[in-house]
Amino acid sequence: MLRYLATLAGRHLALILGLAGLWLLLSWYFDEATLLAFGAASVALTVWLTHHMGLLDREGVPTQIFPGVLGYLVWLTLEIGKANVLVTKEVLRPRLALSPKMIAVPAGQRTDLGRTIFGNSVTLTPGTVTVDVGKDRLVIHALTESLADEEGIAAMGAKVRRFDRLRGRLDAASDRGAEAS
Amino acid sequence: MIELSLDILSWALFVAGGILVFAGALGVLRFPDFYTRLHAAGVTDTMGADLILLAMALQADDLSTVVKLLFIFFFLLMTSPVSTHAAAHAAFVGGLNPLTGRSLTYAKEGEGPQPYPYDAGRPPRVTLPEGARRG
Repeated sequence: MLRYLATLAGRHLALILGLAGLWLLLSWYFDEATLLAFGAASVALTVWLTHHMGLLDREGVPTQIFPGVLGYLVWLTLEIGKANVLVTKEVLRPRLALSPKMIAVPAGQRTDLGRTIFGNSVTLTPGTVTVDVGKDRLVIHALTESLADEEGIAAMGAKVRRFDRLRGRLDAASDRGAEAS
Repeated sequence: MIELSLDILSWALFVAGGILVFAGALGVLRFPDFYTRLHAAGVTDTMGADLILLAMALQADDLSTVVKLLFIFFFLLMTSPVSTHAAAHAAFVGGLNPLTGRSLTYAKEGEGPQPYPYDAGRPPRVTLPEGARRG
């Protein structure tokens, strides 16, 4: 049943589940029928509006990057922790020993979404800030020579590229559904 | 017993987060130019705020508060790089030269990576006067 619905309108279903979860977690009303009905109505209105604005695509509801993005987020959190320690050390040095550097790193992601995730991950890691995004490369400002680690940043881009697919299992399933009918 | 260990853990997170927020503010004061200061502000944005939010989550009375704090954590993680990039990109495309190298000298015209040529009528690169630099 769920699989059939997913082939019909997978992204709609994903958005409905996501919004319903958000509403329930933020309001914390689980047993008040009137309020739950209002919640359901607001979810329905939002999904209807999103559908009519044409936002239910692979950028608006990026189901294709799951589940790969979850493991990436865990890895990224660890990287952010490590980089924070490095930058804090630079701040607390009695005599500043900075050696800022601008570097260009290739960004071979397939989609704009992937390039955005890559650029934002670089910015989120202290010590490196994305200052410009081109079609095939990022310009990154790094705080010191050792933080301007082009290979390390390119490795982060490769990790993004691994889950940055044009189409996910959901799209493939809806294709099969379209062929069968 | 559990309560005590939770208190100790959240106390440690509060102190660590406070130190990082303080280090971020100190870095904004100490670092020499706009781009390097962005990095210092990034420490406050990421680890500082996140550790304090986690510490508050450990102190919360019920699960709904914890969930809301985790939502703040998530949205902060999603939005802070966007604003940092907006500021950095505006400076870069607007032509503000970064200090580079150990000697902290301004890059010359045409040196280093250039902005992606999306538009032609870009203003010329500017270099701040020597007195404007601190560090």
